[in-house]
Amino acid sequence: LKLVIGIVRPEKANDVLEALYRAEVRGVSISRVQGHGGELDRVETYRGTTVKVGLEDKTRFEIAVSDEFVQPTIDALCDGGRTGEVGDGKIFVVPLERAVRIRTGESDQAAVTPVAK
Amino acid sequence: VSVLAIAKVAAEIDTGDTAWMLAATALVLMMTPALGLFYAGLVRSKNTLNTFMMCVGAIAVAGVVWALVGYSLAFDGDGSLIGGLGYVGLHDVTFVPRDGTTIPHLLFMAFQATFCIITAALVSGAVVERMRFGPFLIFVALWSILVYSVLAHWSFGGGWLAAGGTLDFAGGIPVEMGSGFSALAAALVVGARKDYGRQALLPHNAVYVLLGAGLLWFGWFGFNGGSGFSTGNPSVLAFTNTLLTPACSLVVWFLLDLIRGRKVTAIGAATAIIVGCVLITPAGGFISPGWAMVLGAVGALPCYAVIVWRPRTRIDETLDVLAAHGIAGFTGILFIGLFASLAWNGLSDGLFFGNAAQLGDQALAALVTPLYAFGMTYLLLRAMGLFTSLRASEQEEAVGMDVVQHGEDAYPSGEGAILVLPDADGEVLVADPS
Repeated sequence: LKLVIGIVRPEKANDVLEALYRAEVRGVSISRVQGHGGELDRVETYRGTTVKVGLEDKTRFEIAVSDEFVQPTIDALCDGGRTGEVGDGKIFVVPLERAVRIRTGESDQAAVTPVAK
Repeated sequence: VSVLAIAKVAAEIDTGDTAWMLAATALVLMMTPALGLFYAGLVRSKNTLNTFMMCVGAIAVAGVVWALVGYSLAFDGDGSLIGGLGYVGLHDVTFVPRDGTTIPHLLFMAFQATFCIITAALVSGAVVERMRFGPFLIFVALWSILVYSVLAHWSFGGGWLAAGGTLDFAGGIPVEMGSGFSALAAALVVGARKDYGRQALLPHNAVYVLLGAGLLWFGWFGFNGGSGFSTGNPSVLAFTNTLLTPACSLVVWFLLDLIRGRKVTAIGAATAIIVGCVLITPAGGFISPGWAMVLGAVGALPCYAVIVWRPRTRIDETLDVLAAHGIAGFTGILFIGLFASLAWNGLSDGLFFGNAAQLGDQALAALVTPLYAFGMTYLLLRAMGLFTSLRASEQEEAVGMDVVQHGEDAYPSGEGAILVLPDADGEVLVADPS
């Protein structure tokens, strides 16, 4: 059981969702975050004030998956999120101690397996 | 003799008319930022400023071009196809009343300028979220001469349509059909947004859309109510119809929304306000209040149909300028031919009151205007496309036009920005937070 965290460009978030859907990864949470990953600063000017935007908007995916889904999830994040420019983001895979589906109380593997319709 | 001439001229100015036209001109100018708000709400948040700036850019470019050449081409002389160059650079445009009006010529010019500006701004609705800002400004400059001034001359300036008897009170021909069918051409030449038809591209702020529509309606009282150039009966009729027609369009739009989706939508209501105002624009001073209400109800139907149909096509005419302005303007122009009433306008009856010829004159304009606006805009943008890229790259489109074209963000978080200060050598120092 692993938690895959992917931080991608917001404009690529839809492409990532599509890629995840094609990989049959269905359980996803996303949030808007700000971060900096070594890309060049963007300069903005408001009247007389010039600023460098050090923190860029990013979209953070959190996906809890069983072990055999880790690689397809990583592939989907890479395929959907890549532009080739600096700033495409990162993927972190971390071990997951437990997962519980609140509705049924199912644990772990059963909790992260999509409900069969 | 000259003193007498001046006295005669001075007597021709009507202070009441002039006062109203000063206010009406300001009302119509306000419609362009209102349109910017309306359009900005309809796009995604990353394109808010660029969309609004297209309208602001139209005020800048179309306003200047109008004063330099556009006004002259539209309103100098009664040539059949195009006006003269006598008023280039506002030469001879003074306090002397323009023939046929009781207001200073200078004010007449300013009032007409605001029409050219908003018409150019309207066309931007077809190309938002992907057209580059620079080429758009060049397009506005050339389009306001090649399309707007020509159509304004035909319908307002004594050109062949007006001379032939076609009635257009406040701009169904140059403004509404002119922008609507130009928008269709612009959408086809510039091409669809990269995500069009693949992703749901939703309005990001429905309150902007409603507020923009409300301000547009408010400004439209100057637009239609000012198009009689006086405080006389035609102006009062057009002003009142500008209240009645959109109200009827709203009611019908509510019903259509209910039938189609079982809910009355806010963005649908904002659209209905625009459609109603456009419907009454050509007909305002020519039809009775009763028929104006019928126009608002019946005219909403073809516009609604086109708004439902268009997104199912490959044509990314993004903000539906064709449906809300082209089709509504077309409908309003034809409606004059059916229900114009001599008793109300003192000029002409329509078919319903026994004058079939008026419908013929209206149909001619409804046929020729779309062809000219579409054809000329198509050729203009194709020609521009030979010299420059009209649209941003896919990558830029993905990031959003606000940051790419303007270096600004409509909704900056305020976090993560580092202040840059110029030092004595003109170089920049990054203020170190530590």
